Amino acid sequence: MNHYETVFILNPVLSEDQIKETVKKYEELLISKGAKMISKENWGLKKLAYAIQHKKSGFYHLFEYTVEGDAINALELEFRRDERIMRYLTVALDKHAIAWAEKRRNRNKKTA
Amino acid sequence: MSNIEQQAKGKKDGEIRYLTPLNIETAKAKKYCMFQKSGIKYVDYKDADFLMRFINEQGKILPRRLTGTSLKYQRKVAVAVKRARHIALMPYVADLLK
Repeated sequence: MNHYETVFILNPVLSEDQIKETVKKYEELLISKGAKMISKENWGLKKLAYAIQHKKSGFYHLFEYTVEGDAINALELEFRRDERIMRYLTVALDKHAIAWAEKRRNRNKKTA
Repeated sequence: MSNIEQQAKGKKDGEIRYLTPLNIETAKAKKYCMFQKSGIKYVDYKDADFLMRFINEQGKILPRRLTGTSLKYQRKVAVAVKRARHIALMPYVADLLK
């Protein structure tokens, strides 16, 4: 089991229900692959630094989880097939990154 | 004429002459690696505001010789900036970013 983190950007034209449904779909996909979700973050509608598919904003979501490496291929394949996903990035976390992610989570909890 | 002479004389009187050379700092402040100094172990690509320190106004990554970052962390900064660019938190090309 490895520790991973995925950021993905959803199309800004989606309705709130569609967003929830999409996020849920990927969460369930991960869980069905044996993933253990550690945190989910919704950054909301953010302005992009440059236009992607002629759109200047997008809904950012962040997942942190532990899963076997094979599941990442399946997840990214689904991301590529899904036109609601404009961009995604999956990163494996090392021990320093895990420590930082935990610190960041606690800090966000405090401010929220 | 006398006026100029007076002025010249006055200047000489007012001139300060130092017996010991003035202590002027010519050595520039030593650069340091801010990651090693503040004990940061992981460079987060999600924190675009922080990474702004390591790029110029065109969005290019600044060299080590300007920022003073150690090689170990410069590699991490470069990777983090590239990741931030991919998820559109930072621009690939920009103008007047700062």
